[in-house]
Formats: sequence, C-alpha cells, structure tokens
Amino acid sequence: MITLSNINKTFRVARRQAGFGRAVKALFSREYELIHALNDVSFSIKDGEMVGYIGPNGAGKSTTIKIMCGILTPDSGECNIDGRVPWRERIAHVCEIGVVFGQRSQLWWDVPIIDSFELIRDIYKTDEKTYKNSLDELTMLLDLGELLKTPARSLSLGQRMRCEIAASLLHKPKILFLDEPTIGLDAVSKIAVRQFIKKLNTEHGTTVILTTHDMQDIEALTERILLIGKGRILLDGSLDELKKHSSSRKTLVVEYTGVMPTTSEGMTLKEMKDGRLIITLDPEILPVSDAITHLAAEADLTDVSVSGITAEEMVAELYREYHI
Amino acid sequence: MKKYIALFRIRFINGLQYRAAALAGLTTQFAWGFMEILSFSAFYRANPAAFPMEFSHLVSYVWIQQAFLALFMPWGVGGNAVETIVSGNISYDLARPMDIYNRWFFETIADRVSRATLRCAPILILASILPLPFRMKLPSDLFQFSMFLISVPIAMFAVTAYCLIDYMSAFYTMSRYNAIFVIVADFFAGGYIPIPFFPEPVRKIAELLPFAAMQNMPLRIYSGDIAGMDAVYGIGLQLFWVTVMIAFGKLLMRRSLKRIVTQGG
Repeated sequence: MITLSNINKTFRVARRQAGFGRAVKALFSREYELIHALNDVSFSIKDGEMVGYIGPNGAGKSTTIKIMCGILTPDSGECNIDGRVPWRERIAHVCEIGVVFGQRSQLWWDVPIIDSFELIRDIYKTDEKTYKNSLDELTMLLDLGELLKTPARSLSLGQRMRCEIAASLLHKPKILFLDEPTIGLDAVSKIAVRQFIKKLNTEHGTTVILTTHDMQDIEALTERILLIGKGRILLDGSLDELKKHSSSRKTLVVEYTGVMPTTSEGMTLKEMKDGRLIITLDPEILPVSDAITHLAAEADLTDVSVSGITAEEMVAELYREYHI
Repeated sequence: MKKYIALFRIRFINGLQYRAAALAGLTTQFAWGFMEILSFSAFYRANPAAFPMEFSHLVSYVWIQQAFLALFMPWGVGGNAVETIVSGNISYDLARPMDIYNRWFFETIADRVSRATLRCAPILILASILPLPFRMKLPSDLFQFSMFLISVPIAMFAVTAYCLIDYMSAFYTMSRYNAIFVIVADFFAGGYIPIPFFPEPVRKIAELLPFAAMQNMPLRIYSGDIAGMDAVYGIGLQLFWVTVMIAFGKLLMRRSLKRIVTQGG
C-alpha cells in the first residue's frame, strides 16, 4: 500500500542571462529561481495495482518516483509505503522495492552480467535458494541465457534493458518502479518487456508503477493512469475514463469507387485522396451507423474503418487542455 | 558485512585487469623514487649536520612510499564516487540497501589494495638489491616492523576518510577535481618531503595535523625515524584522526543526502 499526501518539493536553480558581463555579475550575486517540482501531490496505490504515471518532460514524474524510492526527501508532506517512510528508513525500505531507471545503468560495465547479479544478490542478502529460483525464472522469461556471460558493455540496448529489469527483480521486490523502461527499445524488445511486466503483475502480484512517454506501454499495461503536469496531479482514473473525458470523436476512413460521397452535418472532411476519404465524426450529432448508411447511399464503398481517438492523441489533447 | 566484501571482491578483480597501467605506474614510481633519493643525497653531501633524518631512514622512507603509493595517495582513486554524484547515477546506489559512505569507503580501499598489489613487489625487490647508500633496509627489529604493519592500514583508512570528504564536496560543487584538497593533504602528509624537513614551528604543528596520520606515520615507523614508544603514540594519534574524520564524513553524508537533487530523469 502506497500513500502520498500533500507532497511538496522545490528545487533551486541558478539562472542568468547570456553574456560575459552577466557571467561576471553572477560571480558576486547569483539569482536563483525556485522550481516547484511537486506541488501538493497526493494519491494512493493498492497492493498488486499496475499504475501508469504520465506527464510531459519535467512534470515531476521522476521526482515522485525518487521520493517513493527514498532517494529524495520532500520539503513537506507525508509518504507511507507498507508502513515505512521511504527517506527515513531508506535501507529497510529499499529491500522491498525494485527500481529500473531506463536512462541509467546498474550493471557493472566491464564484467559479465552474472557477476553483477551475484553482487546484487550479496547486497540484498538474498539466500541462495531464492536467488537461484528467481534467476532461473528471469532467465527463462526474459530470455537471458547467453547474455549472462557477456559483459554489459557488449550488449545491445534491448539486451541490456532486459538484464537491467532482471537485476531489479532478483530479490523479489513487492513493488517495482519503472522509470521509462522502454526508452530507445525496438518494437520486439518493447513487446517482450511489456509481456514480462504484465506477467509479473498477474502471477506474482507485484505492484508496478511505470512512467513512460510511450502511450502503447500505457495501453498494453496499465488499468489506472495518473496524469501529472507542472508538479500537480491533474487526473487519476482508468484509461477508458480518460478517453471518455477527452473527446469522443471518431475517425472514419472510407474507400470507395465511382462518385465521391458528400459529407453531412457532424462530419468533417480531413483528407481526400483518389478513392479514399478521411472524415472526423462527432457521434453526438451523427451516430456512427447513420454516418455509414449515409455514405453507403451516396457511393459504392469498398472499405470502411472506424477508430476512436488513440491514447497518443488523447494525451496530447490533455496536455493542451491543462496547458502543460 | 558480506555485501561489502562482495563489493570489495568485484572491485578488486576489476582493478587487477589493468596491467598496462600498472607497468607504466611501476616505471614512473621507480624512476621518481630514484631521482628523489639522488637529490636528497646531494643535500646530504653538502651538509650532513643540517640533515634532519638519517640518510638510510630517508632511503627506506622513499622506497616504501613509492612501492605503496596507491595505498596512501590522496588522488586518483575511487573516482567513480564523484562520477555517480555528477552524473546522477547515485540514484541507483541510493536504491540499494546499503550505506553509501561505507560503500564508497570499501570501494576506495579495494582500488588502493588492488593497485598496490600489482605494483609493490617489483619496486620492493629492486630497491633491496640496489648498491648501498640507495638500498632499502628492513626495519631494525620485529617490534618496529609490527608497528609498521599496524600503522599501514590506519594510514590508508585516514587518507580514504579524507578523500571521501573531498568526494562529498561534489554534492555542493558538482566538480570533479579539487586540487587544493589533494595538494594540502599530500604536502602535510609528507608526500613531497618528509615532515622532519619542515622548518621548526611548521614541523611541530604538522606533526599533530590529521595529515600526519596518513603516509607520514607508517613510512617513518618503517624507516626507524619514529621508534619505540613514539611509534605507539603515533598510532594513537592516527586512530584519533581516523575516528574524527570518519565521524565527520558520515555526518556530512547525512546532511548532503537530505538536500540531494537529481535531475534529468
């Protein structure tokens, strides 16, 4: 159980204008600007939940994750994870969690992966049986096999990321924090990583908190979404709810032969190319079935596809709506 | 404890693989030691009465210093502690059930020991077969030798505790090199010239500073410059400074971690 209430965190950043004169002036008196990285952030996450934490760059996602990992101390507010305050009992707390920072590496660069894993085993005081057990399982699920004998520096990004994820799970944590785990991965690796995370959550009941910019990660993985912008939690709900919250507009792609059909009220023509129309439709004015009937009456349709708004568009719309 | 030993092991293995660096260091240290002794011998020949150490003591001092340079030098070891601060990779270290101070301490010690292991033997062998005025001698007796053996690790802990304070300054400065930290320590620990060569009032103060607890002590005990009960007192002084510097370092670490900021993901 994770509870955050009224968490605030401010950073002080030195700022100055460009130029030599300003640089000299800054030697004597420096101007600082306070950045409110987190502003009254509150939420709670139940055991076994899988939560997507989204927001634009600089919104405060990583800061929140780092507070929950005990790395940063907030200025004010409370955070309680399984009965502990992360930054006060950091060492006891981190035994129960696993973390993957997609942009950093925890593996020893020059030695084979397995050596890094054994070091991690000793650091977490994992007993031999549990270690063997989870190593076997992770090796199978993440297809590590030969990679274990290779030094981290000779692995591709996708291979390395699989090893990073395994490294964070060797001690069987109850909570897994993933900070952009699919960043820079190719399609195959992304899918492998997603499948694994999903399996981990359903089979071991691991609580997963995931930050990402990849909306397909969110669609594939999470039930619940937290949207953060400018340090505030803006929305907390399921993907479907969010989709409903944003526009209900549909996109119709129509292929036809012969005469081009005309649009009626509620339809806006977005694109037309020989034999192909892309139309946005507001179903509150004109239901989808009526629109198709109308188009079919006007022309010879060979193909029709209807799609809702994509997660990507939805998020872009949300960012616009909240000016973040 | 096991986790620190595991860390020491991986670090030690890592350090042993840099053979070319070891060979280069070896040559430099041998040449350096030899030149240092030659220049001191010129002073000695000019006026033996004004020479504050016995010449044979000085020769042993220099050879032991060069052979075990990696154990005592206040620069160039454990550098990736600073790197983790500057790069922000410290996030991962903090997400481990481990005390960061202890971790850096062990890593630095492992670096020192692995480097010294590769380099000390050839220098010691060469230095003990050189013609006489330049030859390194064994300590005068077993007592002196065992005092030396006790003093070595404490000196290494002292310089490491000092270095850690230096690394932690990166939390505030975000800078990799603090030359003044290094030069002050090296100078007052007798890294350039042994403390007995300092002019009188400075020498008296230098003997009591935390830097005196570094290489100064084991080197002078080995050579016989500090002998008998003086060696026991010397080790007492070393223990005092090690305790003070570690306590201060741990306090500084606690304060630094409270105000730590990691940016950019």
